Amino acid sequence: MEKQKQKLIVQAAPYLSHGITAPKAMLDIIYALIPVALLSVWFFGISSLWVIISATLGGVLVEWLFNRERADNPLKDGSAILTGLLLGLTLPAGLPLWMAFLGGVVAIGLGKTVWGGLGNNLFNPALLGRAFLLGNFPIAMTTWPAPIGDAGIFSVYPSTFTWPFMQVATDSVSGATPLNLMKFQHQFTDVGSLFIGNVSGSYGETSALLLLVIGGVLILRRSIDWRIPAALLGSVFVLSLIFFMVDSRLYPNPFFMLFSGGLMFAAVFMATDPVTSPLTPKGAWIFGIGMGAITVLIRLFGGLPEGVMYAVLLMNATVPLIDKISQPRAFGHGLKKDGQ
Amino acid sequence: MLTQNSAPDNAYDEFIKGVWRENPVFVQVLGMCPTLAVTNSAMNALVMGLATFFVLTGSSALVSSVKDWIPKQVRISCYVIIIATFVTVIDYTLLALVPKIHKELGAFIPLIVVNCIILGRQEAFASKNTVYLSVLDAMGSSIGFLFALLALGGLREILGVGALFGVNLFGEHYEPWVIMVLPPGGFLVLGLILLFFNWFKARKPEKSLNPALETPHG
Repeated sequence: MEKQKQKLIVQAAPYLSHGITAPKAMLDIIYALIPVALLSVWFFGISSLWVIISATLGGVLVEWLFNRERADNPLKDGSAILTGLLLGLTLPAGLPLWMAFLGGVVAIGLGKTVWGGLGNNLFNPALLGRAFLLGNFPIAMTTWPAPIGDAGIFSVYPSTFTWPFMQVATDSVSGATPLNLMKFQHQFTDVGSLFIGNVSGSYGETSALLLLVIGGVLILRRSIDWRIPAALLGSVFVLSLIFFMVDSRLYPNPFFMLFSGGLMFAAVFMATDPVTSPLTPKGAWIFGIGMGAITVLIRLFGGLPEGVMYAVLLMNATVPLIDKISQPRAFGHGLKKDGQ
Repeated sequence: MLTQNSAPDNAYDEFIKGVWRENPVFVQVLGMCPTLAVTNSAMNALVMGLATFFVLTGSSALVSSVKDWIPKQVRISCYVIIIATFVTVIDYTLLALVPKIHKELGAFIPLIVVNCIILGRQEAFASKNTVYLSVLDAMGSSIGFLFALLALGGLREILGVGALFGVNLFGEHYEPWVIMVLPPGGFLVLGLILLFFNWFKARKPEKSLNPALETPHG
């Protein structure tokens, strides 16, 4: 049917649009992830690029499979690519590619499409995919290779090209992550190298400096809500400062807590996912502080060295409740009358 | 589905409906406790399915033959006592024959008593129909249950251990999907199978309206 040019537009308010559509918002975050991905290639070599690509491919494939009969194909909004990128950046560099691919499939398949597509999922898809991989392949997912160092960017970890469904045949040179060292050997990594990022870990979690800069840019562009990272990082800092002041030999320095593990990455990219975070400003504070508290509890007292992923997923589950209790008062409604 | 069941050509239908059209797990979503708990290997699933087959068929036969002497007011407790009798029999039988699997199944053997598929078949069918039809109905339902358990247990064992009935399928370098033999794997695989069933049903235009399911949920 021919498009008819309308002279008089009859529709309800709002009439002003800020021009930001879902694909544009996705693209913003994708651009922001590119420097992180490049830095990970610098630190861990070309393997990291392969892992990111295969996680993204897995996600895009499932998105296409589930939606191939729909007219408005959601592949165009780029959310599958974004989820794949986010997932890929939280994986260890030497992870076999088939596992990364499977993670992408689970992230989009079970994390998004079965809920009804973009905007309907309760949990962060990328973290759901990561949680699935961590539960499924605990050894491969916690084998953090040391940064490649002098071997050159094009050197590939031997575990990257493992046959699908097969185990990693060779032992790769693995380095314990700073949080592992803290948890199991009581050895604290220098905060300075954490800040720059030349430590073992997943790609996205290594350089706190870069993530802070990117987070700042995204906040200035209003792509992410500043309250969530502020509440998450602030509560982690305050809580770990309290523990540090109680016993400075047992508990780590609060700066160590801030710059280690996936906290920065989660604060900038995972927790701020608009679908799975609260809508209200007050809710954002509750959400962030809840995540910070769970993260500190898991790191210091739990059985796992890192807890940001579970903190985000757990607080994701509470988002509908948070939205309900943090509704702002509508103008003219719900005022308390005197003497009642 | 509860009346005019006396015609003999209905017999086959009473049998086959429990296997597929009204599959207790995949369609009615009943008996979730054993379905999720004991399907971490195909062998456990098989033994659980056979035990349920014995209990369901036995109690359906007994309930339908004594249904006229059971007062309406105390029928549920009578059914439970009859079911519990058969469960005790199978409990000790398994303990004598396959003590290792009996130990793995643990509390889930006595818990067959409260499997709502069994009580559901007594309440909805055996208490109103002849012995012949009740046994066919019970066999259909329990074969459907066995099929569902085997599908879950088989898938979970293949992915989680790389074996089926303890026979290694992929060689020693297979990377096991640890989550599949843990409780989350049960939920995941069941959810995926239900997804597949619903997708299958949505694709095929419904021939006749699904009769309202009259079994109690639990």
